[in-house]
Amino acid sequence: MDLGPYAGFILAAYAIVALALSAFVVWLVFDGRRQQRLIDELEARGVRRRSIRKTDGG
Amino acid sequence: MQTLTQRLANPTRFMALSATLLPWLSVIAGLLIAVGLYMAFAAPPDYQQGHSAKIMYVHVPSAWLAMFGYLHVAGSSFGYLVFRHPLADVSAKTAAPIGALFTLLCLVTGSLWGKPMWGAFWAWDPRLTSVLILFFLYLGLIALRSSIEDESLAASLTAVLAVVGIVILPIIRFSVDWNSIHQQPSVSRLGSPAIHASLLAPLLVMAVGMSVLFIALHLKAMRNEVLRRRVKALRLAEVQAAGGLMQQPAE
Repeated sequence: MDLGPYAGFILAAYAIVALALSAFVVWLVFDGRRQQRLIDELEARGVRRRSIRKTDGG
Repeated sequence: MQTLTQRLANPTRFMALSATLLPWLSVIAGLLIAVGLYMAFAAPPDYQQGHSAKIMYVHVPSAWLAMFGYLHVAGSSFGYLVFRHPLADVSAKTAAPIGALFTLLCLVTGSLWGKPMWGAFWAWDPRLTSVLILFFLYLGLIALRSSIEDESLAASLTAVLAVVGIVILPIIRFSVDWNSIHQQPSVSRLGSPAIHASLLAPLLVMAVGMSVLFIALHLKAMRNEVLRRRVKALRLAEVQAAGGLMQQPAE
């Protein structure tokens, strides 16, 4: 497809949007996994939130 | 009896509901953006701007979402100030970086569109300058929050700034009337849109797709923030439990 004399500007705009949004999605996914891993590690050490301890009768 | 908002504002219910919604929203956003991109590149060139008008399909949705994002930050902040609900603060906190990202994309794509059309990447024009101020406002909110250690105080102060900062939205909206080189609204003007249907259709599909993406990103960021606060609560519980054990021998 011929995008004319301004093809560089058009493709750069789309590439920047795609890269920025993809990078943000990747960061969100890794951040979510990291937080979940930290919770799992703390709970594996027997740490419980107060609300859960109350539910358990602890 | 709890209202629907109160029921959804429960963090545990929010985590369950968002876990169900997130995959669907991601797929819908991906499909709509894929269709929108196909339609955008299949659309005829603009009669004045030629193919460079294709930048509109990423620039305009980014601009709308920059403003929608701020409306969301301000609305959530107002909700936090009135109801003091932590999930409203989570919403405001996590919408700010996403809004900042779309504002930056709006500025960058606008700059790449401005160079071939206006002959310059940047001009101190009312519309461009007011959007730059919006970007700095987002950065200010993020910086203010991260500079205060007390989470409750940080939430209140950023909420006040966010609510006051909403004044930027009408300024951006009407800035094109103040001797601006930026074009007038083409889609949202009263009467009929000043844009041909063959160019309007891909724009609307891209706008809806990117809006669904915004919602999906926000839900994911909110889930991460809820988990981050759980980590903090667990660490505090661990420290308190350790402190209790150390005190026991002395009793």
